[in-house]
Amino acid sequence: MRLEYFQMTDRVVELSRDGGLIRTESTVPTASTIFEGHFPGHPLLPGVLLIETMAQTAGWIILARNRFERMPFLAGVRAAKLRRFVTPGEQLSVAGRIVHEGSGFAVTSCEVESQAKKVCDAELTFRILPFPDPEVRRDLEAAAARIGFPLEALSDAG
Amino acid sequence: MSDTFNTVADIIAETCDIPREKIKPESHAIDDLEIDSLDFLDIAFAVDKAFGIKLPLEQWTQEVNDGKASTEQYFVLKNLCARIDDLIAAKSA
Repeated sequence: MRLEYFQMTDRVVELSRDGGLIRTESTVPTASTIFEGHFPGHPLLPGVLLIETMAQTAGWIILARNRFERMPFLAGVRAAKLRRFVTPGEQLSVAGRIVHEGSGFAVTSCEVESQAKKVCDAELTFRILPFPDPEVRRDLEAAAARIGFPLEALSDAG
Repeated sequence: MSDTFNTVADIIAETCDIPREKIKPESHAIDDLEIDSLDFLDIAFAVDKAFGIKLPLEQWTQEVNDGKASTEQYFVLKNLCARIDDLIAAKSA
């Protein structure tokens, strides 16, 4: 994770394009300016960043489903539960599953685990829109390569 | 009133916290019930699930934006329900 750059996903460990499932991993950094404020002497990964972590993982499976043709934007957070604190250095396992693909939107179910215990979960809704700029798509494709997104999954049965 | 309308009205009432009695077949989802686009996503999700269909929201929006259709054709509830019935019929055809 590079919190200050909103890079929440370190690597994709499993992706089933047809199954609408993805698993990713992330390591919470041991130091970040965010921990200086949240909270002094008691560093915790903010819950909103856990939701962003789930949203990015779900976003990758949506991008896989539409082959990077259109971009998901977080539009709704439902039934979010932040079940325990996440501290610097923890290894997070994140799962995202497509619940429903509508016309121009998708609903996903996401959860985060640390040390085999559930940290948080939520149902996230995304609007799916044209890329605002070709450069945004190129940046996302570069990010995909960085995190080991299996680009070959876009062309086969995945 | 049709089963489709009753189901859709129940969904709208629950999703948007609108009193059920305010929701009529003649109600315009946007102009009368003041449902915004985000709430309509939740409604579309529930309608898709309830009827096993996929409301073509993008196509409808495009047609309205292009001036080929009016919002009344898709967002007055009795018309929306007629579209839903058509989609259900097309699915089982």
